[in-house]
Amino acid sequence: MGVPIQLEVNGQTVRQEVEPRLLLVHFLRDVLGLTGTKIGCDTSQCGACTVLMDGHAVKSCTVLAVQADGSSITTIEGLAQDGKYHPVQEAFWEAHGLQCGYCTPGMILSVVDLLESHPSPSEAEIREGLEGNLCRCTGYHNIVRAVQIAAEAMGK
Amino acid sequence: MIPPKFDYHRPTSVQEAVQLLQSSPEAKVLAGGHSLIPLMKLRLAAPAAVIDIGRIPDLRGIQALDSGELRIGACTTHHEIATSQAVQRAAPLLAEAAAQIGDRQVRYRGTIGGNLAHADPASDLPAVVVALNATLQAEGPQGSRSIPAAEFFVDLMTTTLQPGEILTQIRVPALGQGTGSCYLKFEHPASGYALCGAAAIVSLNPDGSCAQARLCFNGVSARPVDAAAVAQALVGSDLSDGAIDAAVEDHLRVPDPVGDIHASASYRQELAKALGKRALKAARDRARG
Ligand SMILES: Cc1cc2nc3c(=O)[nH]c(=O)nc-3n(C[C@H](O)[C@H](O)[C@H](O)COP(=O)(O)OP(=O)(O)OC[C@H]3O[C@@H](n4cnc5c(N)ncnc54)[C@H](O)[C@@H]3O)c2cc1C
Ligand code: FES
Ligand code: FES
Repeated sequence: MGVPIQLEVNGQTVRQEVEPRLLLVHFLRDVLGLTGTKIGCDTSQCGACTVLMDGHAVKSCTVLAVQADGSSITTIEGLAQDGKYHPVQEAFWEAHGLQCGYCTPGMILSVVDLLESHPSPSEAEIREGLEGNLCRCTGYHNIVRAVQIAAEAMGK
Repeated sequence: MIPPKFDYHRPTSVQEAVQLLQSSPEAKVLAGGHSLIPLMKLRLAAPAAVIDIGRIPDLRGIQALDSGELRIGACTTHHEIATSQAVQRAAPLLAEAAAQIGDRQVRYRGTIGGNLAHADPASDLPAVVVALNATLQAEGPQGSRSIPAAEFFVDLMTTTLQPGEILTQIRVPALGQGTGSCYLKFEHPASGYALCGAAAIVSLNPDGSCAQARLCFNGVSARPVDAAAVAQALVGSDLSDGAIDAAVEDHLRVPDPVGDIHASASYRQELAKALGKRALKAARDRARG
């Protein structure tokens, strides 16, 4: 039995009937074709699937699409405005805060959320704030640098 | 990983939720979904129906009464609790523990009611509500009832909630003047869950001696452990480091300590001793201000 949902994804209203067991991440990737959001684990731990739901970072593999009914979702595809990258995207580029890039979309959305509540975070706050996002490649060094660069750019 | 099929209901009131639960005994309540959905994805849970209580307005929010008591809706998130000034004022122990749950993403979705109802021994909130002498309100077909936190947890993943009952509110008495508290956790490095969590509360007499103490643990047994004998031994003491060390060494008994692939029972008991001492000392220092 399909359940009708309506939500905003990257500023656009989407109406759809979905199976209750459909996960938000599969709705975004398979129904809407927004494959920037990744799936990296089966256990809700890696954060590769992180999107913003009403402004807060959530793991879209652990939210049912029906639970997102009425909410506003931002994925990595929706972060750039008018063809201009978000300062956090710029900073990841500048600091090379990635290697394979698989964790990067989720990482960037977590950072956007983190900087919202901690506009100038300490290194410890950055590492703690990104506890929910695992990176298999970088050792986090350049990711922390990217967050510092983004914080500075956004504070100006 | 795709959960098995289920029917989905989203009631708008507690009454409606209780009725739905009564008419479909195979149903599970869904709050934040951060314990239930992972289980459904792994097919360790396969409810025929899911009753989503996450949007019932009466179940959300934090109210501070004039008496200082906190009334916390069962579906209030860990994030809301950790960042609430009312909680930080009246029951800082709860805010401190909620802030250590999982990660940011988990704290935005997971709820206090779900955490307690799930009764995972490695969770952070069970020992904290026991230490705070909280009361849990449940609503069922027979009406509502109050359950002291100390009586709520029965066994591994088992509470006194009856089939058809929903946890609606957590009532937390405010800590008094001259009281300090501390929650310390030794995490499993991969999962972030507690191998051991210690919740300590210490109240001082005007002369600085110990008026009351409380020490409870997560993670070391199937249900939260109340180390009442340690607390009793501290009352009247000067709360020096030596007095705290001796009270813990001489009086801490963990009934049925758990051991698993992550940590043996004897290791967990040692952790409880170390964390218990540290948490009591930090609570004392905070009480002294
Ligand atoms: C990656 C990850 C890390 C985590 N780390 C920690 C941690 O470090 N410490 C910790 O304590 N927890 C941790 N958790 C668990 C988290 O706190 C969960 O949110 C919590 O245990 C369950 O709350 P929920 O609202 O998500 O409940 P749900 O998943 O919706 O429900 C859990 C269970 O409780 C029942 N239930 C829920 N609400 C009610 C209610 N009001 N009345 C009756 N029954 C109800 C459901 O039927 C279900 O059986 C983690 C979770 C994840 C995914
Ligand atoms: S895919 Fe790993 S947390 Fe969602
Ligand atoms: S860049 Fe490869 S996982 Fe982070």
